[in-house]
Amino acid sequence: MSPVAKGLSKAASEGAAITPRVALNIAVTATFALVPIYAAFSGDAFALTLFTRIVILAIAALSLNLIMGFGGMVSFGHAAYLGIGGYAVGILAKEGIGSGFVQWPVAVASAALYALVVGALSLRTRGVYFIMITLAFAQMIYYVAIGLDRYGGDDGLTIYHRSRFGTLIDLSNRTEFYYLCLALLLVSVYVVWRIVNSRFGMVIQGARSNERRMRAIGFPTFRYRLACFVIAGAMCGLAGALLANHTDFVSPAMMHWTRSGDLIVMVVLGGMQTMFGPLIGALTFLVLEEGLSRLTEFSNLIIGPFLLVVAISMRGGIDGLIGGVRRG
Amino acid sequence: MLYFFEQFLNGIQLGMLLFLLAAGLTLIFGIMDLVNLAHGSLYMLGAYFAASFAEWTDSFVLGAILALAATAVVGMILEIVAIRRLYGRDHLDHVLGTFGLLLFFNELVRLIWGPAGMTLSLPSEMLSAIEVLPGLFYPVYRLVIIGVTLIVAALLYVLIMRTRVGMLIRAGASNREMVGALGVNIKLLYTLVFGLGAALAGFAGLMQAPILTVQIGMGENILIAAFVVVTIGGIGSIRGAFVAALLVGLADTVGRAFVPDLLHAFLSESASSNLGRALSSMMIYLVMAVVLIVRPEGLFSATSK
Amino acid sequence: MADVLLEVEGLTKRFGGVVAADDISLTLSAGELHAIIGPNGAGKSTLIGQLSGEVTPDSGCIRFDGREITNLPVYRRSQLGLARSFQVTTLFSDFTALDNVALSVQAHGGHSFRFWRNARREAELREPAEAALAQVGLAQRAATLVADLSHGERRQLEIAMALAAQPRMLLLDEPMAGMGPEESARLVAKLRDLKGAITVILIEHDIDAVFALADRISVLVYGRIIASGDPGTIRADAGVRQAYLGEGATDD
Repeated sequence: MSPVAKGLSKAASEGAAITPRVALNIAVTATFALVPIYAAFSGDAFALTLFTRIVILAIAALSLNLIMGFGGMVSFGHAAYLGIGGYAVGILAKEGIGSGFVQWPVAVASAALYALVVGALSLRTRGVYFIMITLAFAQMIYYVAIGLDRYGGDDGLTIYHRSRFGTLIDLSNRTEFYYLCLALLLVSVYVVWRIVNSRFGMVIQGARSNERRMRAIGFPTFRYRLACFVIAGAMCGLAGALLANHTDFVSPAMMHWTRSGDLIVMVVLGGMQTMFGPLIGALTFLVLEEGLSRLTEFSNLIIGPFLLVVAISMRGGIDGLIGGVRRG
Repeated sequence: MLYFFEQFLNGIQLGMLLFLLAAGLTLIFGIMDLVNLAHGSLYMLGAYFAASFAEWTDSFVLGAILALAATAVVGMILEIVAIRRLYGRDHLDHVLGTFGLLLFFNELVRLIWGPAGMTLSLPSEMLSAIEVLPGLFYPVYRLVIIGVTLIVAALLYVLIMRTRVGMLIRAGASNREMVGALGVNIKLLYTLVFGLGAALAGFAGLMQAPILTVQIGMGENILIAAFVVVTIGGIGSIRGAFVAALLVGLADTVGRAFVPDLLHAFLSESASSNLGRALSSMMIYLVMAVVLIVRPEGLFSATSK
Repeated sequence: MADVLLEVEGLTKRFGGVVAADDISLTLSAGELHAIIGPNGAGKSTLIGQLSGEVTPDSGCIRFDGREITNLPVYRRSQLGLARSFQVTTLFSDFTALDNVALSVQAHGGHSFRFWRNARREAELREPAEAALAQVGLAQRAATLVADLSHGERRQLEIAMALAAQPRMLLLDEPMAGMGPEESARLVAKLRDLKGAITVILIEHDIDAVFALADRISVLVYGRIIASGDPGTIRADAGVRQAYLGEGATDD
């Protein structure tokens, strides 16, 4: 099914009338679907590169939204999972294991494993302590990567051959790769949607809303939040594997804490607690960043205050501005 | 043995710098309940201001004094223009907003001073080393850093514990509405506290400038360490910040110096070097993780000084 | 002869220099409605906290249905059948009334590691939730967000949530606080219906309600139970009259 049709049928299955928000979601999906076509006609290959990056980071932002927006767990170390997923691909590639069928599951599993460790230790803390400890764990893995001399250390590691999937798909074909990423994004959106509205999702949201009450009515909240944290880490690990393939390169910079900050910005900008928010946020943030960097060498002079204004004035982000009752 | 003592002194010196940063952070967090990611930017500004002013006035000390004043002023303006609109918000809003400020300041510095970084040289009197132990020569300037920071710590103690302003600060940390109800100008108090924090950060920045660095983004690395210090010490506690800063400074310095050697006893040269570097970078986070597991609120309670 | 459901022995708790609970002992039979009254600051919240599991006693023990629960975490006690309502309304404010109660039902419906089916469409959760709402008179407000409910309605929702768990014992912490006379009367009637079926510990200031409902009453002053017995005995007790009832309460 084409991405556009998938998006439309999803809108229909939500039972939604075409509200402004649904219209926005459809528009965004359509934009994403049409980019390669535009790129082919206009010869603007850069658009395809930019949008591949946007789609991949949208998956990462989506996973962060699951724990942050719906779960209330503000993780300032989410870029760590991008890095772990990416390095899994990079390291395996360097060691001669080029099959995507091995690399990608390893990427997802290692990210999930680290998330399990981080979550088990961090979820015992709350509020700003949680933010700090997740940041610290991301820093730890960042320094481990810098210390990996064999895999490039600070300079990073080049990936000479993208993940191989036999005759199924050729990842070095940019258009095929793009549509694979987009498909994975849309599947991820659907999966997150189902999770959020399931019994599991109710527990996660309830724990965000009032953890004390959740325990009082009989939920052992810790194990559910940990499971959610692991799921988010795994999803982000997949995004990391995609990113490694996209840039043909991995480096510790992928996990720098400012990358984690970028992900938080994307989630907040796009509107937390909505399904398409992370997509809108990733799109907005990266296009803004790219556009501004063309206008001026000093784009952060604008982006910085913009983020401040968003923090001060906007509640619910862009998607929230478009409005409507909160989902889930 | 001498080498150990030298590293020990280095650890104390690093701890002192961390204390200056952490003290400001913990005050601002404890009193205004604000998470400030742009605190490192004030540290950076202190260093840059000092480098420029020292060049113009041709005097290190004068440059330092001017830089301190300038950073405090920038801090207060920042509070009035931007920071105060974040009070009472979700911590996530603070993170987002101050992250934006951090990006802004890095870019602003690049615009004004250029991407290359700057240098700040010490006056000749401070370039020498003195013999602290038989056979161990330690740079005078690093001892100055330790000494001056101890004085600042003592002054902070007096300010917080023995003055009226300090009493208001302590009261504000435990009960904001009450202090407001007492008719105290809360807005002014907050601006001053923020300015004090900025001054402390700027002071740390300018003091380390001659021995470490003056470059864009220098605030980020030490900021995380400062947050670790605040977390270990307990939010709102200056005493906690002091103890934790020493702990972290020592853990980091001594860890970096000795962990690779320690591992060398068990592992090969290259393995111990790699793992050693990675582990020693992680030292402070490991310490924080342990503290948080054992005492989730930090070592000292928030209501103490 | 009813079975003993709850045994509290020698429960003690200190906060710094303050003795919030001083060697409290209680026994409740199944189906009993036991009221606890006392002046403010007497330690009622601490007692509820220790019974529900949020506060760890310094000494003493609690047995529920013969089973020692003194050190069990909050959620385990709830799963065993001990439900509580909160004195200060503690609800899920961005959810609807129905969602709130459905969560309570869900907590007692096995584990929640179910990731796929839409929980809001599960009849297993909806129907008991709707029934619980109807029991407290909130049926027509099911789809309303908690943030849009009146204070009295939120108090009713508190009760509904506790009831939806089909508990064996209810800990009600000042359920009538902030309720108007009509709502209070309805709650009294509801509690009267439940008597015998569910064991209830009722902490309340509303003396009329207490004397109308309670099988037995204990009086808590400065962390100690100074008197315990049926309503007639309590009313006649001189010590109680002085310590509590004498302080401007209505005489009948």
